[in-house]
Amino acid sequence: MKIAYREIEGRSAAYWLLLAVLGAMIAAGLAGAWTMEHHGHIVTGMTNQIVWGIPHVFAVFLIVAASGALNVASIASVFGRGFYKPLAPLSGLLAIALLVGGLAVLMLDLGRADRLVVAMTRYNFTSIFALNVFLYTGFLAVVALYLWMMMERRMNRYTTPAGYAAFVWRLVLTTGTGSIFGFLVARQAYASAMLAPMFIAMSFSYGLAAYLVVLVVAYAWSGRELDAAVLRRLKNLLIVLIAAVLYFVAVFHLTNLYFARQIAFERFILVDGGIYPALFWGGQIVLGSLVPMAMLAHPHLGAARGTVVAASLLVILGGLAQMYVTIIGGQAFPLELFPGMEVSSSFFDGRIHPYTPGLPEVALGLGGVAIAGIVVALAVKLLRFLPERLDAQLAESQ
Amino acid sequence: MSGSDAGRRQFLAWGAGAVATLTLAPGVLLLQPAHGRAPAEAASGKVRWGMLIDTNQCATGCDACVTACNRENGLSGGTRETDSQWIRKMELEDPRTGRKTSLPMMCQHCEKPPCVDVCPTGASFKRADGIVLVDKHICIGCRYCMMACPYKARSLVHENLADQKPDVPRGKGTVEACTLCVPRVDRGEHPACVEACAAAGHGAIVFGDLNDPASEIAQRVAKYPSVQVRADLGMNTGVRYQGI
Amino acid sequence: MRSKAKSALLALLLSLAVGAGWAISQAREAPAGRVPKPAIAPAKGEQCVEPVDFMRRNHMQLLLHQRDRTMHEGIRTKRYSLKGCVECHASPTTGSVAAEQGDFCQSCHSYAAVKIDCFECHASRPQALAGGAKP
Repeated sequence: MKIAYREIEGRSAAYWLLLAVLGAMIAAGLAGAWTMEHHGHIVTGMTNQIVWGIPHVFAVFLIVAASGALNVASIASVFGRGFYKPLAPLSGLLAIALLVGGLAVLMLDLGRADRLVVAMTRYNFTSIFALNVFLYTGFLAVVALYLWMMMERRMNRYTTPAGYAAFVWRLVLTTGTGSIFGFLVARQAYASAMLAPMFIAMSFSYGLAAYLVVLVVAYAWSGRELDAAVLRRLKNLLIVLIAAVLYFVAVFHLTNLYFARQIAFERFILVDGGIYPALFWGGQIVLGSLVPMAMLAHPHLGAARGTVVAASLLVILGGLAQMYVTIIGGQAFPLELFPGMEVSSSFFDGRIHPYTPGLPEVALGLGGVAIAGIVVALAVKLLRFLPERLDAQLAESQ
Repeated sequence: MSGSDAGRRQFLAWGAGAVATLTLAPGVLLLQPAHGRAPAEAASGKVRWGMLIDTNQCATGCDACVTACNRENGLSGGTRETDSQWIRKMELEDPRTGRKTSLPMMCQHCEKPPCVDVCPTGASFKRADGIVLVDKHICIGCRYCMMACPYKARSLVHENLADQKPDVPRGKGTVEACTLCVPRVDRGEHPACVEACAAAGHGAIVFGDLNDPASEIAQRVAKYPSVQVRADLGMNTGVRYQGI
Repeated sequence: MRSKAKSALLALLLSLAVGAGWAISQAREAPAGRVPKPAIAPAKGEQCVEPVDFMRRNHMQLLLHQRDRTMHEGIRTKRYSLKGCVECHASPTTGSVAAEQGDFCQSCHSYAAVKIDCFECHASRPQALAGGAKP
């Protein structure tokens, strides 16, 4: 039996309300970006000490999750699991949507966003940032091609090679994203090859969580059938991926704890850095990892739609907390110019740098999430991304 | 008629000047300041500009170099977290011995600058004579260089500016840092901080060509011990310190 | 039918072209039109660094070329430098080339509807008049 893909109707009040809310969020985000552009970064909480702020937390999260959203499609095409095939087009769509949202935030935060054309025409190839411009645009192209192979029956036979290309591309892409931080030799929070594989593990987990939220909500709202067996497999996968992230996080911090020169920084992030340890332990570890794992592992409730959505949302919030700790916590800890010395200056050397996000930058970050949301919401209405019904038997036969 | 002649003379003088310099370079340039180049001559890779800062001469509480830098480059001198500071005085104390040191910190003009490596557009670059600069015409304000700099030497211009100095263009949304007073250096003068430190009677900063064995800086670094800040990173800074 | 449509289209294009031409000629001839005409103020000296016609069309190329040579190579010849432009062309009343509508750069650029980016960063006044000049 063939899987029938069909557009969603998209005429319910809930659908229009969703579009309205997302549209309002995007408008607020653009207003925030305009304010930052017009007045300068003075209107944000970002400073010469905390140079990357909330926009980067959202942007990096979205870009990392974009790569992970492709998990399901990769499992279907690369690892040959027919069971996941009907779920694959949505996976590709979400990957594109999240990346577009993340890139929009990154671009609009630039000090000179009007010089986008400079960023697109002048490249310094020793910069991982410049390489990422190619990795990101290339990812959009490769996934779009992959979607075409999947969704156009005549092209179906090329799905597997396209799937391989997309799979390799996204591993490289997340390596590139992790390396933005990993290559920063000067800062104690970064300068580690661990960041690239850790970001890949995080992308798997955050991306699948985002995928599950979209999948369950889309099916529930369009009144389509979503078999519990499908959800059970996916939620079991999510448990494994969360555990993988925890493993990398543990190794990362344990390594640092063994290096005497890193102990002050670890103390700051893990114990006495105020909001950062709170977000690390409370947000990333407990609410973002342990609680959702326990919820999903529950023998009776674990595969229930509500549980899966709630647990996935917790993973997403935990991911944002992690990005906040990694990006902002990493800058809040002062750069060490003279190891072992107590230093002070008019430029805040030797002091913990405070950061309070401003309204425009928060609006911009949330606007990026809304851009990703509206791309998905419109695409599933206009194109055939979602199978009409999704039960395990049918899927298994693929 | 005489006005027209004056204009033409000026016009011709520009041309003649260019020709004369072209002919004379790279030979001995007559009537040039001691270390200067002719305006038409490009910065040379044979030169490596550098500074040697003797912290024993640098006085705690003195900020003559900072105010001179602000005046020269048109900086406000504000010390909010969003204000640009091209040079700052750092006070150091070794908690184990109680020894105190005072020193100026600014762009260290590395031979292998991480800010240049990470810049996506190539706006952050190193001139042939070792001065690390930002080409603000192609800086997009991504601040990756600020993340990468081990010395916290760079600042983003956070708001609209007015009344910039003709020699020091600066603008909102772009990143800036110590230029080693490049317009002055090109004229054969010393950076403003160096002059100010000498005028304040400390003379803690020596500026010159590290590659020229006859220069004071080269002779001093050859004779006395000096260190680079974060030498472990292997960036080979152009600014060196004595007494830390 | 088709030829009729074609001729109608031709007529439309013709009338647009004629209209545009008329508008341009009006703009040239009528000094008190709605479009502010560029008021090209006299500059210091008798002669620009290149003939006026050449400068009107190519000053941006000269500036761009000079900009990169100065920035990246440290070549500071005066002839095509922005500082040089400002020194000769600053308005005697505002002391600037771009502070007000009538100033040299601004008047032409608003006529041509081309935004000048230079003076967000560069001083639009000569050294002696610029803020914070040396004592």
